[in-house]
Amino acid sequence: MDLAIAIITGTLVGATPLIFAALGELVVERSGVLNLGIEGMMLIGAVTAFGVAFAGYPPIAAALAAMLTGAAAALLFGVLALTLMANQYAAGLALTLFGAGLSTFLGHGFGAAPLTAITKISIPFLSSIPVIGPLLFHYDPMVYIAIALIPIIWFALYRTKMGLVIRVIGESPQSAHAIGYNVILVRYLSTLFGGAMAGLGGAYLALAYTPLWVPNMTAGKGWIALALVVFSGWRPFRVMLGAWLFGGVTILQLHAQGFGIDVPSQLLSALPYVATIFVLVVISRNRIFLLKNFPMSLGKPFHPGN
Amino acid sequence: MFYVLGFKPLDTLRVFFIHPLSSAYGISEVLLKACPLVLIGLGLAIGFRANVWNIGAEGQLTIGAICAGGIALAIGEQNFAFTVFVMVILGALGGMAWASIPAFLKVRFNTNEILVTLMLNYVAILLLSYLVHGPWRDPFGFNFPQTALFHPSAMFSPLYPGFRVTGSIFMVIGATIIAWGVVTRSFLGFQMTIVGKAPKAGRFAGYRENQAIWLGLLIGGGAAGLAGMAEVAGPLGQLLPTISPGYGYTAIIVAFLGRLHPVGVVFGGLLVSLIANGGESAQMQLGMHSSLAQIFQGMLLFFVLAADVLVFYKLKLVTR
Amino acid sequence: MSLLELRGITKRYPAVVANDDISLKVEAGKIHAVLGENGAGKSTLMKIIYGATAADEGQIFWCDNPVRINNPAAARQLGIGMVYQHFSLFESITVAENIAVALNQKLNLETLSSEINLISKKYDLLVEPDRLLYHLSVGERQRVEIIRCLIQNPKLLILDEPTSVLTPQAVQGLFVTLKQLASEGCSILYISHKLEEVFQICDSATVLRGGKVVDSILPSATTIGELAHMMIGAQPPTTHRQRGNINPSSKLEICHLSAPAEDHFGSDIRDTSLTVQGGEIIGIAGVSGNGQAELFRLLSGENLHSEPDAVRINDVGVSHLNANERRRLGLACIPEERLGRGAAAGFNLRDNLCLTHHGKNLVHYGFIKHKEADKRAAQVIDRFSVQCDGPGAAAQSLSGGNLQRFIVGREIELNPTVLIVSQPTWGLDVAAAAFIRQTLIDLSRAGSAVLVFSEELEELLEICDQIAVMYAGQMSPPMPRSGADIEQIGLLMAGEGFSTQATPQGD
Repeated sequence: MDLAIAIITGTLVGATPLIFAALGELVVERSGVLNLGIEGMMLIGAVTAFGVAFAGYPPIAAALAAMLTGAAAALLFGVLALTLMANQYAAGLALTLFGAGLSTFLGHGFGAAPLTAITKISIPFLSSIPVIGPLLFHYDPMVYIAIALIPIIWFALYRTKMGLVIRVIGESPQSAHAIGYNVILVRYLSTLFGGAMAGLGGAYLALAYTPLWVPNMTAGKGWIALALVVFSGWRPFRVMLGAWLFGGVTILQLHAQGFGIDVPSQLLSALPYVATIFVLVVISRNRIFLLKNFPMSLGKPFHPGN
Repeated sequence: MFYVLGFKPLDTLRVFFIHPLSSAYGISEVLLKACPLVLIGLGLAIGFRANVWNIGAEGQLTIGAICAGGIALAIGEQNFAFTVFVMVILGALGGMAWASIPAFLKVRFNTNEILVTLMLNYVAILLLSYLVHGPWRDPFGFNFPQTALFHPSAMFSPLYPGFRVTGSIFMVIGATIIAWGVVTRSFLGFQMTIVGKAPKAGRFAGYRENQAIWLGLLIGGGAAGLAGMAEVAGPLGQLLPTISPGYGYTAIIVAFLGRLHPVGVVFGGLLVSLIANGGESAQMQLGMHSSLAQIFQGMLLFFVLAADVLVFYKLKLVTR
Repeated sequence: MSLLELRGITKRYPAVVANDDISLKVEAGKIHAVLGENGAGKSTLMKIIYGATAADEGQIFWCDNPVRINNPAAARQLGIGMVYQHFSLFESITVAENIAVALNQKLNLETLSSEINLISKKYDLLVEPDRLLYHLSVGERQRVEIIRCLIQNPKLLILDEPTSVLTPQAVQGLFVTLKQLASEGCSILYISHKLEEVFQICDSATVLRGGKVVDSILPSATTIGELAHMMIGAQPPTTHRQRGNINPSSKLEICHLSAPAEDHFGSDIRDTSLTVQGGEIIGIAGVSGNGQAELFRLLSGENLHSEPDAVRINDVGVSHLNANERRRLGLACIPEERLGRGAAAGFNLRDNLCLTHHGKNLVHYGFIKHKEADKRAAQVIDRFSVQCDGPGAAAQSLSGGNLQRFIVGREIELNPTVLIVSQPTWGLDVAAAAFIRQTLIDLSRAGSAVLVFSEELEELLEICDQIAVMYAGQMSPPMPRSGADIEQIGLLMAGEGFSTQATPQGD
């Protein structure tokens, strides 16, 4: 039973940075932009957050700083991809490379000193309920924030004017432009949002997940977030499910022996990726689903001058 | 940038660019790192020209290495003259097979190749990890996750004792010539470029888009597989959990730095390799952290991408 | 007091004067038509009124006050609504969301849905607010566009070729709506090339040709024939062109070719038949959008057809063969899109030659013979007087006229037995146009079969031996040119004389 609890709590914690980064990229992609630089932005966020916390500031300052630097990194990508109309894939990869290098360089001075992790909050009374208590009510605040963000993003995307505008720009920037919307501006804003979210995801890694500075501490989580966006079919609630799946598999792999499962851990780890490919194929065949959720202009540059 | 960080800029640039080239060993190291970058970059560039976005070179090189390594392990201590040759073929085939998955999915189901190739990278690396930790682990390897060392007949021997550059460099040179021929002179290369850059004209001309997709992915996969094989049959000499410091991803950038042209890719690969080695020198000589090299590379790519566009616009303004 | 008045509107583009000193008036509560063929300047004029483009000269008056309309939002504020020919709708969202996107208010789908329902019932424009746009037929989509305008209470509604995508029944339904709107005081600016519709509902009309106003008339005081004449402006041919000898070995046949449209905006091709023999030029007249583009693609090999004998070249069924294979049988094509289809931007002339010449001795063991290609490109440049910097010149650096010379020359150098060409001299200067027309004549005299799609009736009358007309995907039987009745052709172009079956687009 304790093992099961450990797995579930581990999953939720592991899923949190994924949720942040994936939600951010989801909005970006919905507006038609594909930013491959998530890993870089997360690392920049991580190093920023670690640095700010290391200098003695409270975690919330660290998290906000990380969002700012993440957005700044995304701005760099935005200028390249949206204003200069360079190839979006190359620009995103350059950002990843740059972010990795920059974060490693800046983090070099932190040594191996651990931070005090964000204290978990315990909701009074509720967390004392046996079993369910520690399961549901004993996490650090960011876990709750991540989960709360999902319906918020869903609402913003599907029930507000802004979300509608983002979605139509993702479908057809030309038509949106004809109606009079500033496509490039909206894409910039969504890109910045994606950067802030990725920065926040990186911050979580540095502040709570592994409160120790390790170069390249995202260890590919940025790429997983990218896969997660596709796996979720660009729908916020499915991001949550996917994040649990990906996060859960990592935890499961650690505890597999405990269950007496004799499957090689790599096979388990590979499952989410293979699953994503299957989902991709299934999605590609379902026209209506694609129609409603896949931003048709994804990755293609938009030239306002026609 | 260097100035800001408290280093003398000129000194730094010298260390970065000149120092690695100032010794024969240095040059050999630069060439060593450049080989896989150029090889993969050549293959990827051909695909990119046809609008086929293969982000999976890392996985394809891994599978190529696995296939080649598998044969090397199977042959074991036996000394066949043609072992390396077989490994080369299998390496290329392995990479191509791995790349055929996204090709099939794209042609049949129109699935986005960027995401499929990316996912397959992880699967390939996990497969390698499994093999190296499990069935293929060296029984005499002190439980380290690695395979037995390959027999010398299964390896590319260094060109010159003391240097790590091997005969695989000839493979890369050959590939460059072939790529140059394909891109600039062959009809297939022409078709692929048209299909990528002007799809309606391609349709008008009767060129087939599916063919371009298959070729684009297979060529990139084959090149990556070859590079993977060259790594394990060369400097590594065995299979390890990590056989590539991200060559597959860096090669994408090299391809863009080279403006998708074979000669440019060669220069791009050499430049990136030079910077990487320069970073190591800088670390040793100036106490500078090696990650600066990465930052430098990233900035370089930013500038090249930006400059590309600005140059194009300037030309447009002039011709008007 | 007139609602909208234009005085002296002029708009110049680098290659052409799209609008030349245009003046017109629209009264409140009236339906005013703007008539003309494609290229007459209608779309540009509408863009100016709607603020999507600015005029170089001239003034716009709204309720007798001079105004400047800088962007669509400003136009909407004045009370102008526009329904484009190619809708700016989004398939992935619902009807209500589509309308919301164009409004300047916060999103409130419930209130909006009830407003939509109100308007929908009032004007008999039935739509369901919660339905995904993807599922709607073209006619239904147009209703959404119209409702989108009506919700903003416009005083002037501009409709750009509204019936080009509608079935005859839907057209009548639209007219009822328009009349109702007019009776409530909303003016309508109705852009079209369809004469009988103009007669049905318009109170007045301005006829444009070549960017200029030909006349402003009242349909009640004119006949359809006179209108057709005004639009086309063609004079009966005074020169007689001797038809060349018929060459029986070259032949293009279209046999009962029917094909569904590729998307909502395309035309179905319905049972078209035609035979073009070597030694003659047959022209297909008609306004763009009536199936010519689809037919061209079926003939060129860009689109395939399952019935192999629907298209035959030199007595061989080719509908299932691709462009390459048809070229090998002696076909050559010149599409209407030059840069982007006939020629590839970003490539030089030598490369563009290889687009269609690769089957003719230019590829040797998989390698392109660049020297040979250079030589041939230079030949084309020379023989067809292409002004450029040689075979290495980038395709996009050539002017329209010169690029077309190159493309035409490239195809002629293939010595085709059958040549299909679409809009051969669109946008070209007089010299280039004359040159190309002569080239086509020479080719047919040499024994090839030539099929020309063109919107310019004058051009067809000049060079063709026979003329057929396409309308709504159908083709009329060809008429010999000598003795051709302009009015009759004009009427055919406007839809008279074609059977009106319901299109599968349904509604």
